[in-house]
Amino acid sequence: MDDFLVRAALAGIGVAVAAGPLGCFVVWRRMAYFGDTLAHSALLGVALGFLLGTAPTFGTMATGIIVAMLLVWLQQKRDWSSDTLLGLLSHTTLAGGLIAITFVQGVRIDLMAYLFGDILAVSTTDVAWIWAGAVIVSTVVALLWRSLVALTVNKDMAMAEGIPGHRIELAFVILIAVVVAISMKVVGILLITAMLIIPPAAARHMAKTPEQMALLAILVGCIAVAMGLAGSFQWDIPAGPAIVLSAAVLFAVGMAIGLMSKQRSIT
Amino acid sequence: MADTQTLIKASGLKVSRGGQMILNGIDLTVDSGEIVTLIGPNGAGKSTLVRALLGLEPTDSGTITRKAGLVVGYQAQKLVIDPTLPLTVRRFLTLTHQQPDEELARTLDHVQLEPILDKSVHVLSGGEMQRVQLARAILRNPDLLVLDEPTQNVDISGAIDLYRLIQETRDRLNCAVVMVSHDLNVVMSATTRVYCLNNHICCSGRPAEVSKHPEFLRLFGQSAADMLAIYTHHHDHDHGPAGEVRPTHTHDHDHPH
Repeated sequence: MDDFLVRAALAGIGVAVAAGPLGCFVVWRRMAYFGDTLAHSALLGVALGFLLGTAPTFGTMATGIIVAMLLVWLQQKRDWSSDTLLGLLSHTTLAGGLIAITFVQGVRIDLMAYLFGDILAVSTTDVAWIWAGAVIVSTVVALLWRSLVALTVNKDMAMAEGIPGHRIELAFVILIAVVVAISMKVVGILLITAMLIIPPAAARHMAKTPEQMALLAILVGCIAVAMGLAGSFQWDIPAGPAIVLSAAVLFAVGMAIGLMSKQRSIT
Repeated sequence: MADTQTLIKASGLKVSRGGQMILNGIDLTVDSGEIVTLIGPNGAGKSTLVRALLGLEPTDSGTITRKAGLVVGYQAQKLVIDPTLPLTVRRFLTLTHQQPDEELARTLDHVQLEPILDKSVHVLSGGEMQRVQLARAILRNPDLLVLDEPTQNVDISGAIDLYRLIQETRDRLNCAVVMVSHDLNVVMSATTRVYCLNNHICCSGRPAEVSKHPEFLRLFGQSAADMLAIYTHHHDHDHGPAGEVRPTHTHDHDHPH
């Protein structure tokens, strides 16, 4: 197998491992638009990263964390609904990013690669960034897992029974920013939320506990990466969108399995 | 009770939201082994008070002291679990406190449920879910059981059953109970103290006393006071006011009359 395919597979699997369990919370807490907003802010992060001379992944993480904090602060003021605030931040940061990127001189930036991903062009450094991020995210999620599940079921209950809710929620938001940053090279800004949402959704019907759903989401994500890369190689189609489409196909399969097992339990 | 301990003590508590005073000058104490019931109309600040006592709600002024290391078992008022979250009864019971299956099954039996550990919580009825919630709170072996409207979506006989269960639980665990109720019809006679809340504490005392208090009558009207049935349990010994609801369960043998 070619080296670039191995790197692509490693990058994709790294993203699937990090995004699966965290994406479950995004689904359970109905935060898809939140993921989208952080993803849209990523372009601004790339531009700022270049302008400040740091790694784009680092710039993206930092911007995502700042946007997330800004959002939490605006939400606490309760003047506007979350929906409106997300729309405001999402498109403001995207517009800002598109403008900021024109100020980056000297480096030719392939805008398409950031918007739609370019997994077949990931370097060894990119793979290292992705896996460093994936290991950190997975470790923190594993440590906070039980508390995050309890907070998701009922925040008051969890906090009344001694779980430090505010700190854990903050960590959760930061983790999403990290996943967005490392996923950018793989599926692109416009499709990042797909990696957070679709594998968990596909896993839902086959899972009985939160833990099963998280592990199945990782599995679905990995299969989607393999299918997408194979399709891309076979038919010369763009790899990022192929991965997302594969995940959607797996979602349909998961739904079919769910419907069949439901019918079995009725009869 | 041999040695009574103060679990929570609030004094001069004030909470406001958006310029509106929700709680004004609340003084309240919860001692070990007590059953405290908060009643009051919608918007009286009952849930806010409970949240403040637990440290979940920022306060404007006043002090709240909680016993160090206080273990709380909390039953939420409206538990809406997103259908995308797969959750068995076993996993729900062990959300904040892990226990072996035998212990889980025993507690389900205590709240009069079948051993439905592998059942999804999404298929439970409202009444079953209330009991599962109670079981989860009990499993923490708490010093303080906090129940926010435990009889919501439960009919009157189910409510009486639940109140009996709560009292038995208190006797067994020797914990204190703080209960929020808009359910004026039935207040447990085992309640040590009823606080009648309408942004401030209108009146407080034993259930029978509160039902005669002028402030209570002003707030809820005479018909409510007439309706206020005080559910008396077997080892209760005083005040059987008019409109008493007679429980149908088997312990119902020595009501004083």
